[in-house]
Amino acid sequence: MRSETPGAFSDLDPRTILKEVGFAGLVALGLTFAMVGLRTVDSNTGDGAVLGIDTRFADVAWTVALVMVGRFLLILDRAGLPIPVILGGIAMAVVTQVIPMPGTVLPVFGLIGGGVLALKGVLTLVRHRSKLTAQERDEAMDRAGQRFQKLSRYLGPALAAFAIVMPFLPFADRQVIDIATLILTYVMLGWGLNIVVGLAGLLDLGYVAFYAIGAYSYALLAQTFGFSFWLCLPLAGILSAFGGLMLGFPVLRLRGDYLAIVTLGFGEMVRIILLNWYKVTGGPDGISGIPRPSFFGFADFARHAPPGSTTFHELFGLEYDTLYRVIFLYYLILALALLVNFVTMRVRRLPIGRAWEALREDDIACQSLGINRTNVKLAAFTTGAMFAGFAGSFFATRQGFISPESFTFIESAIILAIVVLGGMGSQLGVVFASIILIGMPEWFRDLEQYRMLAFGGGMVLIMIWRPRGLLAHRDPTVLLHGRGGPAESEIRAEQQAAEAAS
Amino acid sequence: MEYFLQQLINGLTLGAIYGLIAIGYTMVYGIIGMINFAHGDIYMIGAFMAIIWFLVTGLLGITWVPLAILVMLVLSMIFTATYGWTIERFAYKPLRGSQRLAALISAIGMSIFLENYVQLLQGARVKPLQPMVQGGIAVMERADGFVVNLSYLQIIIMALTLALMLGFSQLISRTELGRRQRACEQDQTMAALLGVDVDRTISITFVIGAALAAVAGVMVTLYYGVIDFYIGFLAGLKAFTAAVLGGIGSITGAMVGGLLIGLIEAYWSAYFSVEYKDVAAFSILVLVLIFRPYGILGKPEIEKV
Repeated sequence: MRSETPGAFSDLDPRTILKEVGFAGLVALGLTFAMVGLRTVDSNTGDGAVLGIDTRFADVAWTVALVMVGRFLLILDRAGLPIPVILGGIAMAVVTQVIPMPGTVLPVFGLIGGGVLALKGVLTLVRHRSKLTAQERDEAMDRAGQRFQKLSRYLGPALAAFAIVMPFLPFADRQVIDIATLILTYVMLGWGLNIVVGLAGLLDLGYVAFYAIGAYSYALLAQTFGFSFWLCLPLAGILSAFGGLMLGFPVLRLRGDYLAIVTLGFGEMVRIILLNWYKVTGGPDGISGIPRPSFFGFADFARHAPPGSTTFHELFGLEYDTLYRVIFLYYLILALALLVNFVTMRVRRLPIGRAWEALREDDIACQSLGINRTNVKLAAFTTGAMFAGFAGSFFATRQGFISPESFTFIESAIILAIVVLGGMGSQLGVVFASIILIGMPEWFRDLEQYRMLAFGGGMVLIMIWRPRGLLAHRDPTVLLHGRGGPAESEIRAEQQAAEAAS
Repeated sequence: MEYFLQQLINGLTLGAIYGLIAIGYTMVYGIIGMINFAHGDIYMIGAFMAIIWFLVTGLLGITWVPLAILVMLVLSMIFTATYGWTIERFAYKPLRGSQRLAALISAIGMSIFLENYVQLLQGARVKPLQPMVQGGIAVMERADGFVVNLSYLQIIIMALTLALMLGFSQLISRTELGRRQRACEQDQTMAALLGVDVDRTISITFVIGAALAAVAGVMVTLYYGVIDFYIGFLAGLKAFTAAVLGGIGSITGAMVGGLLIGLIEAYWSAYFSVEYKDVAAFSILVLVLIFRPYGILGKPEIEKV
């Protein structure tokens, strides 16, 4: 479609420009004319809801104009004229803020678009080229990932320490702890899924099914048999793992994307069953009044203890405060999440963990070496499912109420996005991704309606920009000379020398 | 017997719609080997286009039903195809050649984006539409008064699907474009060496897939009369099941798979339970993948190192 001759002015033929800009405008018109320009509205005229139509052609005109200007600037950038691109980008960003525009989205669109264009212009100016090759970009990102990985030796423990003292810091009010608990739940789920997706390379789109099994297991066991949380937690994990085993056994021989769709189907099946098995699951009404956890079975968090037990504040001689339970739940999920992390880090060094990573890198080679593909995958799948089960029972006990609505495909997509965004296989990446994806929207509640839009768009952009995830630097788990051998940097330098020589 | 026949008619109508969506999946999978997860949402956009253009035809005063349907169909196809092209250009083309999962995740992101995009622009409420085509033919009547009804709309849907299928298979097997597509499917590098514009061919594949999904969207809008921004997810999943069932990569297979899924769904809801009809469809997907991963009409794929 376009000729890639960086720095050449041959692209600045007016007819080519007109053609490309016109085409971009036409596509933008096609995209927006009906969808943006004509809005279906309910107009109640007495005889029930009748659809009417509303026009918003000003929005369409603005969008098309912005797209055409943007395309023109991109052509200039490609032709090696960064100065007008920078000026144009800034002008676009400013003009869209100054001129009154229909709707609230367009100014944002103009600002971001103009900003990105100006940035692109600056980069062109600095590098004297409009585009980096994919390989150069990959290398640059790998370097960043590697630097981060080094940093993470200190950052990981530091973050853990911060998480432990967090509830006692002055800014930690109830809301902060609540959000932190939510983030940690997703960190835990992310770490669990990281075993399946990041380590074993199996794309699981139905992870939320195991989360749901865990939550319902706890709720049902606790309500029907009166089991305590501490008894239910392992049981919920076992039941979820069993679910993983049942699904995994037949489908794990499938190739990547087929597996993804089957797991997606499984997730939907579980949700539909929860929704329709009214007698057991309560259907769409869900289960309410799920027992809250006690303080390791010793004490209760209620104001007045049920007969035969004591309350937390009495046990420690404190003033009654509802915050105790919140803090306790926070520590509970922190401990669970750290447990998952610990297990993952350890298992990675076991033969099975090594087999997971080997399998991710090359399926066929593994089979040739006598690794039982199905069993190894099954182990990863089941372990991941078990952790989701733990997280699920935590979710149930925290909310006190569960319904199938909490376990939709979107949840699976969010957890997957956390793993992918963080860089598949990177433990710390999951933490940052959870903070970005879960924490940020909590603080920007008023932008709620654009949240999922930005979420989906962000997933696409990150994949295009960095197909292996943001922090996907893979450190070798096994070193030729062990830890006492030559340092990583030396090995890398040697490798580079060897590459340069060949 | 009469009830059975009625379900057959319903199932085939539903199956025709699934089949049209499934073609989009199967073509894209055939040519670039990725699951276009956002295809279900393209179909949803097609349905919204249908409702928008239906209202516009009403405003323009086109009251003759065949003309109105034709206008609706053509405009919806054009505008939905633009979406197909754009999505390919922005979300998938940059990822060509990188690992499979990256493209799939990008497609999932696109699907979430499109759903929320439509929800923001057109509202989250269910859109109702007055029936445009009414009436039908009573095929058979049972003693107790149960009438097997073949509505005109069902006839239109089946006839249109059949016509599109015939035209489409001619396109693939006879025309220059079809030849290019088949060439790209077999070996993109070789096709490029022989002067086939691979990028363009892939773009056209997405455009055709989106246009067919738009037809399905128009039909569903006319048939059920209610749509919302979320219909693409389930329909897409089932259409994908249909494509896999028929043998992914095979266009006839997609149609056969679609009809089978439609029939299974109709009979399952009629004789067992409506609530679990989706479970039935997914169970079929799992069973097919376990016992015959290459589908009914597909060929087994041999993995080479």
